[in-house]
Amino acid sequence: MICALLLIPAVAALLSLLVRHTLVRRVLLVLTGVGHTAVTLAAWNTTPQPLLSGWLMLDAAGLLFLTITSILFLACSVYAFAYLAIQGAGKQQDYEEGMLFTNAPDAVFCACLEAFLATMTLVTVSRHFGLLWVAMEATTLASAPLIYFHRHHRSLEATWKYLLICSVGIALALLGNFLMVIAASKPGGEGIAIVVDALIENGANLNVPWLRAAFLFFLVGYGTKMGLAPLHTWLPDAHSESPSVISALLSGALLNCAFLAILRSYQVCAAAGQAAFCQDLLILFGLISIGWATIFILGQTDYKRMLAYSSVEHVGILALGVGVGAGATFGAMLHAANHSLTKAMLFLVAGNILAAYKTKATTEVRGILGVLPWSGVLWIAGLIAITGMPPFGAFLSEFTIVKAMIEQGRIGIAVAFLAMLALIFIGMTAAFLNMAQGRSASDLRPPGKSESILAILPPLGLGALTLMLGLYLPPAVDSLLRGAAATIGGY
Amino acid sequence: MNNAADIVLVFLVLTNLMLLGLSRLGACIRTVALQGIALGLLPLLTKGGHMELHGTAFAIAIILLKGGVFPWMLMRTLREVNAQREIEPFIGYGKSLAVGTLILVVCIWLGSRLPLPEPVMSSLIVPVAFFTIMSGLFLIVSRRKALTQVLGYLVLENGIYAFGVALVDKQPLLVELGILLDIFVAIFVMGIAIFHINREFDHIDTDKLSGLRS
Repeated sequence: MICALLLIPAVAALLSLLVRHTLVRRVLLVLTGVGHTAVTLAAWNTTPQPLLSGWLMLDAAGLLFLTITSILFLACSVYAFAYLAIQGAGKQQDYEEGMLFTNAPDAVFCACLEAFLATMTLVTVSRHFGLLWVAMEATTLASAPLIYFHRHHRSLEATWKYLLICSVGIALALLGNFLMVIAASKPGGEGIAIVVDALIENGANLNVPWLRAAFLFFLVGYGTKMGLAPLHTWLPDAHSESPSVISALLSGALLNCAFLAILRSYQVCAAAGQAAFCQDLLILFGLISIGWATIFILGQTDYKRMLAYSSVEHVGILALGVGVGAGATFGAMLHAANHSLTKAMLFLVAGNILAAYKTKATTEVRGILGVLPWSGVLWIAGLIAITGMPPFGAFLSEFTIVKAMIEQGRIGIAVAFLAMLALIFIGMTAAFLNMAQGRSASDLRPPGKSESILAILPPLGLGALTLMLGLYLPPAVDSLLRGAAATIGGY
Repeated sequence: MNNAADIVLVFLVLTNLMLLGLSRLGACIRTVALQGIALGLLPLLTKGGHMELHGTAFAIAIILLKGGVFPWMLMRTLREVNAQREIEPFIGYGKSLAVGTLILVVCIWLGSRLPLPEPVMSSLIVPVAFFTIMSGLFLIVSRRKALTQVLGYLVLENGIYAFGVALVDKQPLLVELGILLDIFVAIFVMGIAIFHINREFDHIDTDKLSGLRS
């Protein structure tokens, strides 16, 4: 089953490069999404067999992040089908500066998208730290061409920053790997293999100073990829310059994968009795990220950048949740799902808005509700969801995290956290409502042409899912989230 | 102490210092190639006669890739972009060398303070590996040209590899090959990106890539 999960997107990527017919290639993209999601859902029923002597295995945390990735990819593949049809070949005119540019070839886009899914799947199933590293670096390489889909100077700049900053960050995580090997070595004998399960089993025998050093390098290395401030500098550029469908995947799926990599090393540290050391660091990085995002969201005039900074905020919340531990771990797991669904939905809607208004400035977009009724409603719903208002899922997860903080007597952190969330709420609401209401300056939409169903259905579906998570947690989802929280020492 | 290994390690230090002082991009690429070859020799020299086939084959792969394929790819990029030398780096060559020497001192001090769980083949290995890592990072932040930044990334990777090869007996082959493949693709993609940067901007100065703000 794990084999199928990895092979479906990998083979599809190869086929995309070989197939010459554009339509076939785009259908293949959607089929990849459908097939991958089907196998993932099957994995909910029957636990897949471990492969490669336990190097590839799905535990609860892995399955959770795999499911998020898979559902997001399905939604994005449907959206991309419509998106690619509109984009077409030939010269395009840039919205902002008016220069002409071309898009990357269709085949490259589809193949990279599928390869991106294959590498993210590998991240979620890897139990060996070396393999995990290989998969994480591969996600960077597979997604870099996607950010450079619109071939103009701004996206190129974003791609270069993404490529270099993330590669250097992940190189530091490789050093973390080697430090982990040293921590696991025994004098004179064969060391413990750096597989998560074996390390946890021998947790008491690990060399603590080297293990701490390893965790630091993992946190900085994968934290760069995850977008924890102040290591997030690539993130706003990459998210604002890549096509919206790619922003959705980067923000919803890729950041989670990097988070999972940090959680793996955290699991090992917890087994060696070093949980407190790691949790303090996670709380620190979490608070810095949320604070940093608050500053940049207030007064942000580019709505895609605003969404990107909101991602920095939410990965901060994830780190904070695991850092607080106990009940907040469950909150963090739930929040990972909620943030991914909501943020992907918002980026897809932002793509619709960008296509209609041809500007990314919050001040120039007015009256979405009138021009694009469906997108307008989804935009408002997404605002409510992302700022953690009921009835959406993010309210439940943020509430769980705050509750755990208060239970532990960490009142200071709770107050700071809530204050920053309130500021972000004000900043985002002001911008979003301004965009949604009012009257648009000119007649943007040619009369008689309604919004494409393929551009509405994916964000609508994602929004419905996060609404469901807020109102009712199905027992299967609840037990998976509890299982994931239990693997990283919470409940 | 192992004499051959020590000589290679000292050679690594020298290549790092050379890189900090060189301005011609072609010479920089050749220096990194030499460093890659030295790195590939390191496990062959330290483990001596009792090398397994897998270890030897892997060392040869390292030498071929880092000493041959990467420099060839970067040289090709260099010819295409028509940039000959690093002009006015953020930190001049003299100052770079001074900083490099300072980093070296700090790394040697640090190496003497880190207690290794197992005795290793040379006491130089930890300071040299850290110095190589730091030199790579320093090159990335102090130079303008995109190509020099890629070289800095390679040097950083070399330092991490030196650390690994000396302290870690053996990694599974699958992981080692995966790491090599990733680095290969990374250099390949970065090379393509540099080519596009040159075509789009008519230069490869990364400090002028500053259109995206806040």
